[in-house]
Amino acid sequence: MTEHVNFHFEIDGENFTSAGEASVRIKKNLREMGFSPEIIRRVSVAMYEGEINMVIHANGGTADVDIYCDRIEIVLSDRGPGISNIELAMQEGYSTAPENVRSLGFGAGMGLPNMKRYTDDMKIESKVGEGTTISMTVWV
Amino acid sequence: MQIREIAKLLNAKVLCGEEHLDREVKSACGCDMMSDVLAFVKDQAVLITGLCNPQVVRTAMMMDMRCIVFVRGKNPPQEVIDLACSAGIVVLASDERMYTACGTLYVNGLAGGAEVHDRAC
Ligand SMILES: Nc1ncnc2c1ncn2[C@@H]1O[C@H](COP(=O)(O)OP(=O)(O)OP(=O)(O)O)[C@@H](O)[C@H]1O
Ligand SMILES: [Mg+2]
Repeated sequence: MTEHVNFHFEIDGENFTSAGEASVRIKKNLREMGFSPEIIRRVSVAMYEGEINMVIHANGGTADVDIYCDRIEIVLSDRGPGISNIELAMQEGYSTAPENVRSLGFGAGMGLPNMKRYTDDMKIESKVGEGTTISMTVWV
Repeated sequence: MQIREIAKLLNAKVLCGEEHLDREVKSACGCDMMSDVLAFVKDQAVLITGLCNPQVVRTAMMMDMRCIVFVRGKNPPQEVIDLACSAGIVVLASDERMYTACGTLYVNGLAGGAEVHDRAC
């Protein structure tokens, strides 16, 4: 693969049922492009956690996945409430998810730590009242 | 353990993936919190859960799992079954409760998955 490929997704914040479809799509694309199962799993799990977060915490957003020959970059961007204390949000077990979200299986406070664990680099930019952008890189 | 044996031990109905019942699986994870499932990486093949929304299936897809067992007599909606089916994941439904289902599989030789502490690979 010589050139760079971009996949762009609009993530619907109203629809919990369809949340994660973009990650499923990316998983399929990466498989077709011949990446190793380990790389595919790391990218798709990290993206899935971010996609779910945008749906449950930020009323949706956009996802961009850029695939280069040596790395995969994922950028998740939303105009939700923002994260006031990023260090706290990154702690395992910290969650502000309400009971109705917990009853759907989310709110363990493990999503952001998982995203960090599965990627080689992760950067969170967030402003309260404006939104959050999370950029992640996985080296191939 | 073959998936067929899981179905037998848990007295479970096979809701989809009948053709994959011969598949061998080595470890399982019992959980109702999806991010906890996603935190454990080492070759877990079976997800045992009491939830039945589409995110359970997508979580299993992300982790390349082969079988989902819905416990506590839950009947997953058809869209959930169809999603699993399209991903080649076997869906079982059992009346057992989570604790009993996990315990039964564990004593019969199905191990727990390994936790990732540092990096996934
Ligand atoms: N995109 C976002 N916009 C606003 N707040 C967010 C966003 N992503 C995460 N947060 C905040 O950070 C907290 C921790 O996120 P994290 O993904 O680790 O856990 P969770 O989503 O609450 O639960 P889990 O991911 O385990 O299901 C969230 O509870 C929420 O308060
Ligand atoms: Mg989360």
